[in-house]
Amino acid sequence: MNYLLIIGITLFVVLSIAAGLIWIERRLLSVWQDRLGPNRVGPFGLFQVIADTIKLFFKEDWVPPFSDKPVFILAPGILMVTILLTFAVIPFAPDFYVFDSNIGILFFLGNSSLGVYSIVLGGWASNNKYSFIGAMRASAQMLTYEVFMGLSLMGVVMMADSFSFRAIVEAQKDCWFIIPQFFGFVVFFIAGVAETHRLPFDIPEAEGELIAGYHSEYSGMKFGMFFVGEYLGVTLISAIIATLFFGGWLGPSFLPPAFWFFLKTFFFIFVFILLRASLPRPRYDQLMSLGWKLLLPLALLNILITGAVLLFLK
Amino acid sequence: MFSILRTIWLTFLHIFHRSETVEYPEVKPYLAPRYRGRIVLTRDDEKKERCVACYLCAAACPVDCIALQAAEDDNGRRYPEFFRINFSRCIFCGFCEDACPTYAIQLIPDFEMAEYDRQNLVYEKENLLISGEGKYPGYNFYKNAGVDMGVKRKGDGLTEEKPVDVNDLMP
Amino acid sequence: MDVFFYIAVAIAIFSTIMAISRRNAIHALLYLILSLLAVSVVFYLLSAPFIAALEVIIYAGAIMVLFIFVVMMLNIGLEKSMEKKWLNPRMWIIPSLLAGILLVVLFLALSNVGSLTENKGDILPKQVGISLFSTYLLGVEIAGILLMAGVIGAYHLSSQNKKVTHRFLEKK
Repeated sequence: MNYLLIIGITLFVVLSIAAGLIWIERRLLSVWQDRLGPNRVGPFGLFQVIADTIKLFFKEDWVPPFSDKPVFILAPGILMVTILLTFAVIPFAPDFYVFDSNIGILFFLGNSSLGVYSIVLGGWASNNKYSFIGAMRASAQMLTYEVFMGLSLMGVVMMADSFSFRAIVEAQKDCWFIIPQFFGFVVFFIAGVAETHRLPFDIPEAEGELIAGYHSEYSGMKFGMFFVGEYLGVTLISAIIATLFFGGWLGPSFLPPAFWFFLKTFFFIFVFILLRASLPRPRYDQLMSLGWKLLLPLALLNILITGAVLLFLK
Repeated sequence: MFSILRTIWLTFLHIFHRSETVEYPEVKPYLAPRYRGRIVLTRDDEKKERCVACYLCAAACPVDCIALQAAEDDNGRRYPEFFRINFSRCIFCGFCEDACPTYAIQLIPDFEMAEYDRQNLVYEKENLLISGEGKYPGYNFYKNAGVDMGVKRKGDGLTEEKPVDVNDLMP
Repeated sequence: MDVFFYIAVAIAIFSTIMAISRRNAIHALLYLILSLLAVSVVFYLLSAPFIAALEVIIYAGAIMVLFIFVVMMLNIGLEKSMEKKWLNPRMWIIPSLLAGILLVVLFLALSNVGSLTENKGDILPKQVGISLFSTYLLGVEIAGILLMAGVIGAYHLSSQNKKVTHRFLEKK
């Protein structure tokens, strides 16, 4: 298939999923809270997404006079770029991916660590105390969780013997990695929630304490980029969980592989939203001690045991 | 750990619960007959204003949203020259209804009075006055009161005895 | 591929110069990040994708975030009087001479290598791992011990003696 066409389709699909998540999340949350949710605009309220987008486009795109202007404008762009770039290495189907890198997982980790900048710089450039506190929390949280996000994936890498997403999916032909790598999955999932700073780990933007955290000063489409970036992050983490632990496109052959991939991805998106609906936000020190005292040892133990078993079986 | 998973599961089960939302403009909520909504001024059974402009409602109003000016007609019957309720201040407490000695001011089950312009929430007498009798049909203050204001002669009231002839020595 | 290589190198050099010459500390650090990213591209084009990825994850990702963090917290103002003194020619003429000599040596060394981006086959993560744990095992262990010392030191510095009694009840 044409290379540019694949990039175009990927961008279109991913961005429309992220935009659609605005509606999906609100409807699902309302289902879990015994409400109806947005159902006024169009059939089932589906045009709410379009209405929101139009609203964001026509809002005043305000740059605070006290801000550091170039950095302030740069920050939301970094978020979008790093997340969208990561979608390039994810295989949606056996022959549908932008590029298959032999450092695919590292590419993902590198991009997610660069994504921290958008939040740190955005919070700092706003020149606002709440934004800055949000940025500080975000950077400490994301740095912490990045450490064992990477470590939790090493078990998968060891079993598949490759960093490439395609090779990892193909290595799961017999058995999805969720079974041998259950603890790796648990650690990665929690780290993924923290990495996208979704609830319950939305401490950087805890609205009860910090107004809106790092994006307090943002409005218009710059806020829109942070907003869609969050949903893109949710989609990305879900897609990666589906790829690495649940066999990606693998599934019974009566439906196309891409269908299975999106089915699994959407399942994890629903789990993300369910977590938001059900769990309260932990305190900041609880988050940090959970990371360093429970998840990091768990990830290291997982690597140790996986390596030992693999060596034993050889 | 277990309690977190249990919380998630219980939240998930809410998928099978019925939604509590009432879709308001399509589905109107039930309003009880004594619901405290929009304030009206009622008329008595002779289609005359019940209000006697005693200012009790204005005095009882905790947010001072009622303003009126008393006047008298040829018979000496009092009526409000103007009667103004600022609904942007009104808290629908119903104290004015309690205070009213003539059942003139009443709160009715209607709340759909939103406006785009705040000035439009200031209701004048012609907006407040209705042609009906409200919650107490047949009640006429002057038929129960002792005074003669052209509604009935002295002593013709419903619970009133004939006036005593002070020149007569008989009991 | 040579074109990409030279573009990346040009970006790296430019952003490093910008990083040195900025007054605003955060802007300087942003240029430094850009320079690290460009260096990572150079690594990738030199067929070392694993090192390129690690450069992004560790240097551009983790370490520079901490740098920015510290600079933001300290909130360094514009200390102009200090920088005026640094612009004294005596202060920078010798270091820049030395740097120029280094540059010439680098050019000479590079001109002998020939085409830099000649594809010799990617160096895969597995090869890196094997060489780290066989040829360079001693270096890895020493680095590990150094990091361990750092961890212990950080723990020691951050651990506080918890006060059991109220400050009014303390014996003076």
